[in-house]
Amino acid sequence: MQAPPIKPGGDRAIAGTQDPESLPELRSPRRIRWTRRRIALSRFWRQYRKSKMGMIGLAILIGFAAMALFAIFADASGVDPSKVSGPVLAPPSRDYPMGTDDFGISVLTLVVQGSKISLLVGLTATVLSMTIGATVGIVAGYRGGAIDTVLMRFTDFGLVIPWLALAIVLASIIGQSLGAIILVIGVTSWPGTARLVRAQVLSIREHPYIERARALGAPNRHMIVRHVLPNAMPVIFANTILTIAIAILSETALSFLGLGDPTKPSWGTILEEAFAAGATTLGAWWWIGFPGLCITLVVLAFTMCGFAFDEIINPRLRDR
Amino acid sequence: MSEVLRLRDLRITYRTESGEVPAVRGVDLDIQTGEVIGLAGEDVLAMKPGRLRAVRWTGASIVFQGAMHALNPVQKVGDQIGEAITIHQQAGEREARIRVDSLLEQVGLPTRRGQDYPHELSGGQKQRVMIAMALACAPSLVIADEPTTALDVMVQAQVLRLMKELQNDLGLSMIFITHDLSVLVETSDRLAIMYAGRIIEEGPAEQVFHDPKHPYTEALSAAFPEIGDMRFRWHPTGLGGDPPDPADVPSGCSFHPRCPKAFDECPQIDPPLYDAGPGGRRAACLLVRSPAAAVGSEVPR
Amino acid sequence: MSQVAETTGSGAWAGDGEVVIEVQDLHVSFQGRVGVFKGLSGKQPVVSRAVDGINFQLRRGEVLALAGESGCGKTTTARAIMGLQPPESGQILFEGEPLPRNLKPYRRKVQMVFQDPTGTLNPRQTIYEIVAEGLRIHGIDRGPNGEPEEQLVGRALSHAGLRPPERFFLRYPHEVSGGQRQRVVIAGALVLEPEVIVADEPVSNLDASVRGEILQLLMKLREDLGLTIIIVTHDLGLAWTVADRVAIMYLGRIVEIGPAEDVLLRAEHPYTKALLDVVPEAGGLDRPILTGEPPDPTRIPEGCRFHPRCPVVESGRAAELGIESRCRGEDLGLRHLAPDHEAACYEAFLRHEGGAAPA
Repeated sequence: MQAPPIKPGGDRAIAGTQDPESLPELRSPRRIRWTRRRIALSRFWRQYRKSKMGMIGLAILIGFAAMALFAIFADASGVDPSKVSGPVLAPPSRDYPMGTDDFGISVLTLVVQGSKISLLVGLTATVLSMTIGATVGIVAGYRGGAIDTVLMRFTDFGLVIPWLALAIVLASIIGQSLGAIILVIGVTSWPGTARLVRAQVLSIREHPYIERARALGAPNRHMIVRHVLPNAMPVIFANTILTIAIAILSETALSFLGLGDPTKPSWGTILEEAFAAGATTLGAWWWIGFPGLCITLVVLAFTMCGFAFDEIINPRLRDR
Repeated sequence: MSEVLRLRDLRITYRTESGEVPAVRGVDLDIQTGEVIGLAGEDVLAMKPGRLRAVRWTGASIVFQGAMHALNPVQKVGDQIGEAITIHQQAGEREARIRVDSLLEQVGLPTRRGQDYPHELSGGQKQRVMIAMALACAPSLVIADEPTTALDVMVQAQVLRLMKELQNDLGLSMIFITHDLSVLVETSDRLAIMYAGRIIEEGPAEQVFHDPKHPYTEALSAAFPEIGDMRFRWHPTGLGGDPPDPADVPSGCSFHPRCPKAFDECPQIDPPLYDAGPGGRRAACLLVRSPAAAVGSEVPR
Repeated sequence: MSQVAETTGSGAWAGDGEVVIEVQDLHVSFQGRVGVFKGLSGKQPVVSRAVDGINFQLRRGEVLALAGESGCGKTTTARAIMGLQPPESGQILFEGEPLPRNLKPYRRKVQMVFQDPTGTLNPRQTIYEIVAEGLRIHGIDRGPNGEPEEQLVGRALSHAGLRPPERFFLRYPHEVSGGQRQRVVIAGALVLEPEVIVADEPVSNLDASVRGEILQLLMKLREDLGLTIIIVTHDLGLAWTVADRVAIMYLGRIVEIGPAEDVLLRAEHPYTKALLDVVPEAGGLDRPILTGEPPDPTRIPEGCRFHPRCPVVESGRAAELGIESRCRGEDLGLRHLAPDHEAACYEAFLRHEGGAAPA
């Protein structure tokens, strides 16, 4: 007794491929798109989880995000931190875990409030920078020719502007404000992104699937939205994470120099006030140390996440 | 005739991030002096690195595929050949230069080409340089790994003819690795067909090509139809599926999922190489062991 | 007396089948770049004449193989037909009309299958999205009978041999085999229900044993869907297996064209004969092999572009026949040797002048 010969079948003989999940009702294209996104996201998360550095960074960030949210919440509930005061310039104790400043305000309160500003400014400036940078990069990379040359000259110009000088000039025109800081950071950091994105777009453009889309009749808009952007996203995203870190540092520096808004103190502002009040000579190490530690931790955390992210996207790029 | 190389139960396993991958799962091979063995099969390429280490110190030499990548782009080709000589044979510079010139002549290149950089040479010329490098140390065995894959048919024919001439003149033994079976039939004395890390058929080249015993060999040779053969006119033949992932080889006979002649025993028994005829013909197929097996006779489990 | 028409091969003989695509005197050149300093010293950029005057007709329902070595211009010709490569001069006519400026409607009728199935598919898109892309670009959300998008995609995948199609919707290109990827590419072309498929080396990147499958598929599509197919290939064995007619290209020109049986079994042009001789097969390497490297489109020889490597010239036979000066000096075009078989060779022409009558 013998079974009929097994017919060769392309389907059955797929070596090493697994059905990721049993197929649900796949009736609509939108469902398909969302399912694909869900699968891609879970795959990404699984890989990210493997990176110790990435997880630590993420944990730190979640901590600070919680801090910032708490600050916003506290604001909304009308608690005014400047009302609460204790002994002046007191070192850390049980009541005041981070000590107090020269007005007797708890440094912890300052730090929590400051986190809101620092992170917000950092994020906003980054959004501005990435939007300009990515757009310029994509347009220059995709269009090429004269447009590319002109845009790249702008980029070069942006790269050589001394941002500190620009910040001071702007501050003297607009006055001390967070808006000015955001503007300065945004305007001076987009060229780096533009360069990176343009390089990525140039390499994407050479891929055969671009030509296939063209053979199908795709107009430029379709190409950019459906092919260039999604494939440039990993690079843009990795760059964003690192840009946030730089933006926060930049904001800290500018605030430290006194260009920030004193009514909306960020960590940099705290440091500025501490120095102005002579915290160093008075030996009030907690007033400088804790805000400084927070800045360092946040920047470190973003960097770690950025590296972890890079690790994930790079081996894949190498394989292709 | 003496043996140049004897491989017994060669196993090569890669360590990857997803675990151990057995690329070669037990290969026995004997090569006599002056014999050319053709090694065919898809994805034989997976074997390269381990093979390098295994044979480097037995006096063998390797010609790589894609010469474009194996040559140092910032060094003159003559110097690269010379380097091989000075390193492996402890020869002086002047001696080496003389040898380089004679090698270039042997491979059909004018000696002044030794002063060129790789990018100044065409594909065929680069391949000739690779051959010269392989011959530099007067090896007794040359392993040619897809030496003509990236070349045009005409250039391929030239390079193959060169290799055959050299092989004859110098009495070299060769292992010729490629997926292009028709090239092997032209150049080899014996053929060994590999699938999923094992040799599944071997024998004299022409016999294996024209009278294959293993269904995979049949399919492979059908993929190279002879022009004028009316059997192939309007009849492209092919197999479904893909060669198996070395990390996930099918049970029993590794070919059974794609085999048009598979029957119920095939997923259960992994056939060794059975004798399949005179001249050292062997094939790893249950049908070779007992051709009656597929035709309804009682098969003991 | 035979009617040997001296034409440039634009099809004096119509044969059966209407003409779907006609290529007229197509020229495509590429210019190399000149560095600033070299340019200042008057150095001209190197011009590569990839396609240097091609004429042929593609008849409905046929499979035409455009064959030749690399650098002969076959891929450039295919891309020009697809509208991906603007010609320097010459025309491409589709159903009698020259290609319009806006190629989008044309793309619904003529689609392409590419050489590298892995590179051609965007690794971030699912197979569903890849196949649906054509529909979305052309704003087709319903089929002619009101079918929804999923059904059109499923149908295309089925035609391409991927069944059941739903199993492939959510898969990514890297999750399926090479042969299946090529089927996805084919499905992506089929979804627009084209009339013509231009296949550029459709199987050369696939494992040898899988090629037959894809070729079988193309033949089946011709039968089931009435497609007309141009296959660009360097493999004459492939042409033998699936082509009705074969056109051999050399240095940007067609040097021989005709039914596959004629061109492959009764080749007239010395280059065709050399190509056939060199196809590896049992029997050893004693056949004549052309010397030299594949020709360089930046340095096209005078006269017959094949004459520097031509065995007929080299062996002295051309001199014997008194045509050697013409081989070296005159740029010969395709001449009819038989009603449907043309070659660009004096020697062949002379041999036939006395005898070939239209069948």
